[in-house]
Amino acid sequence: MSEEQIRSLENQFEARIARDEKIEPKDWMPEKYRKTHIRQMSQHAHSEVVGMLPEGNWITRAPSLRRKVALLAKVQDEAGHGLYLYSACETLGISRDELYDQLHSGKAKYSSIFNYPTVTWADMGAIGWLVDGAAIINQVPLCNTSYGPYARAMIRVCKEESFHQRQGYEIMIKLANGTPEQKELAQDALNRWWWPSLMMLGPTDAESIHTEQSMKWKLKRKSNDDLRQQFIDQTVPQAELIGLTIPDPDLKWNEEKGCYDFGEINWDEFWQVVKGHGPCNKERMKARVGAWEEGEWVRDAAMAHAEKKQERKQKQAV
Amino acid sequence: MKQYLYIMSNKKNWPLWEIFVRSKNGLEHRHFGSLHAADAEMALENARDVYTRRNEGVSIWVVESKNITASNPENNGEMFEPAHDKVYRHPTFYDLPDEVKHM
Repeated sequence: MSEEQIRSLENQFEARIARDEKIEPKDWMPEKYRKTHIRQMSQHAHSEVVGMLPEGNWITRAPSLRRKVALLAKVQDEAGHGLYLYSACETLGISRDELYDQLHSGKAKYSSIFNYPTVTWADMGAIGWLVDGAAIINQVPLCNTSYGPYARAMIRVCKEESFHQRQGYEIMIKLANGTPEQKELAQDALNRWWWPSLMMLGPTDAESIHTEQSMKWKLKRKSNDDLRQQFIDQTVPQAELIGLTIPDPDLKWNEEKGCYDFGEINWDEFWQVVKGHGPCNKERMKARVGAWEEGEWVRDAAMAHAEKKQERKQKQAV
Repeated sequence: MKQYLYIMSNKKNWPLWEIFVRSKNGLEHRHFGSLHAADAEMALENARDVYTRRNEGVSIWVVESKNITASNPENNGEMFEPAHDKVYRHPTFYDLPDEVKHM
């Protein structure tokens, strides 16, 4: 194809997206569109999968059966979300194996929030309330993104996600209304998860390298700073309602702007964690790679069994 | 020899399956997504766990993805354009007096 032909195809493509048409797997698309989508969708899928680890840590120690079934169901949902997103990603012509390789070799990233440790039961509350809360804010606009398989996966993910946030907040309510020790646990969890949750909405707009193109392709509908403001404005009253204090001395309602002013985010910490120096980066990757490698014989045995059954069936047919 | 080849190929990946779910009787099976499984039986079980955790289905079909033949959007012209100029296939093509309210 000549350069001119490609440019004409690209223009038609951009026009389709501007008209809110969806792009489907076999449609022509610019190579950059394919690559950007593989990057974002696989990062998203990896985050769901790695996100199971910090919570899996507490399943056996949940304080009641009610909490245990809920946490188990939430973690199972996350496995499911990872699978929806991986299979949507595979429609762009990359194999599941390549995607796993990228995660396990460290080439692909996942959400940095999962590199923080879950040291108390209250962390299950804080994760559901704050981390899933921030994730929902990130994800809802993606239900309208231009790539059909991604949008369809996100609709399913968002439908299932709201129970995650409610179960987390319920844990926080219970602890905040409990004994002084329980309330202290809840406050401590909020103190540790607040700032990393704000970082989840991504670098400031000035630092965000992908924003402009992503806006055009509807991979993004609002800027990181707008999403962060939305998250803060919706979460602060929820904290007040249950008597917890947001760990930010600069947090103040701004009457004029109609939103909260907030303190400086420690972006050095953010970039340190992204680069692999968070408290649990190594531990998470070790657990993930270990699970994959130790499961290899199971995957191979299942395949061998399937082949044997198939052969037996063919023999009987003769 | 076959054994040897199997080992040499290092790993055999589970094939990809397309999942169709009927959400309730009276409705058609609809494409829900895809997943990897060693065989059809496992694909059904995995589809149950991945796509119907909240009563989304009463019936599941699984088809190995390689068995699906799909039209190519590049040929959409010759494939679908012949239908464009056949307005006489639609009821609004036919003129009726206003007195006939419903037909």
